Amino acid sequence: MFGSITNWEGDLFDQFSRLQRDLDDFWGASPGPANIRAVARGSYPAINVGVTADGAEIYVFAAGLDQEQIDLSVQQNLLTISGECPANQPEGANAYLQERFSGSFRRVIALPEDIDPDSARANYHDGVLHVSFARKEEAKPRQIRINQ
Amino acid sequence: MNTEKDVATQGAQSEPADSSGSPALRPAVDIFENGDAIRLFADLPGVSEESLQLEVDDRTLTIQGDIGIEMPEGMKSLHADVRSRRYRRAFTLSNELDTARIEASLKNGLLTVTLPKREEVRPRKIEITAG
Repeated sequence: MFGSITNWEGDLFDQFSRLQRDLDDFWGASPGPANIRAVARGSYPAINVGVTADGAEIYVFAAGLDQEQIDLSVQQNLLTISGECPANQPEGANAYLQERFSGSFRRVIALPEDIDPDSARANYHDGVLHVSFARKEEAKPRQIRINQ
Repeated sequence: MNTEKDVATQGAQSEPADSSGSPALRPAVDIFENGDAIRLFADLPGVSEESLQLEVDDRTLTIQGDIGIEMPEGMKSLHADVRSRRYRRAFTLSNELDTARIEASLKNGLLTVTLPKREEVRPRKIEITAG
């Protein structure tokens, strides 16, 4: 199942972007201008954004939260995700590795201009927050009939 | 003798590529120890209970899981922080951990593993009697 999904052209997890990231790492920065709201790689939470003909899909990888701990807001085409990750060190325990993120987080994502902010639907499942937006009706691609 | 720290210091052993060729993601973990047990927390967002594989083989604890996100067909990627569909990380356990009594739970993509210590190696308080 996963094998075939990763073979899709332009897949979210595709190989080409990985190569590009490696190149970015190698050259120190990406060659083109960066998004003004771009954050350093490895920032929490990890986010994947994809677009279809009908809309935009956002996947936020934030494990171990409660729904109430995530705050989502949208202004025009800017989606803001913020919240608080509680620290979970048990009292009196020694810590060895502490790689998991804790504290407050915030990320802003610029979505395509033609999405309809009122169409947002969000759900949190297995630690992934999935937000979908539909494109504005007038922005959807349509077939043009050729008259004979 | 300091074997109890193996689980914390050895870290990941290997992260071989999955069948699709992309290397597995290395989940972020927290590891804590108290007198009774070592507790491990791992971020596995997107992994369901069914797709989680937690194995103890001899002295190796292996955590593996697939990200089971259903995606609409024909989606083009605009931005991707997560570039693999599989998590994998392995740890070496030490002798005083009781592998038969390991407990684990997965909630909202957060895996919690409790590795209890054997009764006989738990620290015990030594009473000092006067006189």
